[in-house]
Amino acid sequence: MEIGLLGKKIGMTRIYDLAGDIRSVTAIEFGVNKITQIKSNDIDGYNAVQIGFQTKKAKMVKAEKGHLLKSGIENDFDKLSEFRVNDIDSYNLGQEISINDINTGQYINVSSTSKGRGFAGGVKRWNFRGGPKTHGQSDRHRAPGSIGAGSTPGRVWKGQKMAGHMGNVLVTNLNLLVVKVDLENNIIFVNGSVPGHNNCIVKVTNSRKKPNQKLIDLALAAEEASAAEVQAEEAPEVATEEAPAEEAPEVATEEAPAEEAPAEEAPAEEAPAEKQDESKEI
Amino acid sequence: MNKNLLEEIAITTNPHLEDVRPGDQIRISYRIVEGDRERLQPFEGIVIKRRNGKDGSITVRRIASGVGVERTIPLQSNRVEKVELIQRGKVRRSKLYFLRGRTGKSARLKQK
Repeated sequence: MEIGLLGKKIGMTRIYDLAGDIRSVTAIEFGVNKITQIKSNDIDGYNAVQIGFQTKKAKMVKAEKGHLLKSGIENDFDKLSEFRVNDIDSYNLGQEISINDINTGQYINVSSTSKGRGFAGGVKRWNFRGGPKTHGQSDRHRAPGSIGAGSTPGRVWKGQKMAGHMGNVLVTNLNLLVVKVDLENNIIFVNGSVPGHNNCIVKVTNSRKKPNQKLIDLALAAEEASAAEVQAEEAPEVATEEAPAEEAPEVATEEAPAEEAPAEEAPAEEAPAEKQDESKEI
Repeated sequence: MNKNLLEEIAITTNPHLEDVRPGDQIRISYRIVEGDRERLQPFEGIVIKRRNGKDGSITVRRIASGVGVERTIPLQSNRVEKVELIQRGKVRRSKLYFLRGRTGKSARLKQK
């Protein structure tokens, strides 16, 4: 991923990664991503690429349409967003950006506006413990407690944690692992949670963290295996007997674990493994 | 896209487990990772239940050294390398919990 992408958060589910570990993931769907403006150091003082994101329905006001007409683009977009880049020469107006260069095993940063919590008390906003529930307490269950000392300093310190507006701010989650890339449906599955409500628009950028080599190796092995399967499926059409078809998939499945082996570290045991301990003892 | 659609896309049942039914006597080869080594652990027993859906699983029961052992395996798990069907039992209910109280001759199922 050279620049970054805009996508839509669909929701969370859980899937098994290639190593067989279960992971809770957030699905992010990518619609049309087009370059709508290129900002250069000479004119704007910095290099950046503006990207427009479009799902099925999008409607823009005339002012925004006018801005796009300057670039000769007639689509309506849901959101326009800027991404800083070092070199703008390799990008063209109207160029589409796809998820093809997002790989399983790499890490990404995802930013979005978090869910708004309104005016929230100290317990929700700052994880205050609240007061005792019993022993004669009344109206103290979620109270903040003391907010400072007495006549010295004689005021409340700046930055004192208190009730107030919570959420609805831009939040970036760093270093989220890409567990699965579904090119067919234009969806990626990201380990863990992503800020914002379902169907909100999120901004995806590269992370600086080194990719997870184990998952990358597994993904390569899986690709090779599926390629071998495709070959095996095509083969029997030429040959008259079924024998080659049976042989080939077996080779493919055996290959995969063998290639995984050197990259394996020590993945966490998944749920059914608990049972395995029992059977060992017996 | 909504969440239901998402789950249809995300959930992939292990092809080996697609045709496993309650009452089947099966032998499962389960891939176990020990440090940097991998091996296949066989587990043979009778399928006493199958849960379908996104968190679907099967539970296989066997008697090991005189103690009943049940192993639950998620349908999505890609650590199942092989499933051999040994015998298909003839059963009239989907959950064979009644087998839990039985041993020996009475724990047999009619064959199909």
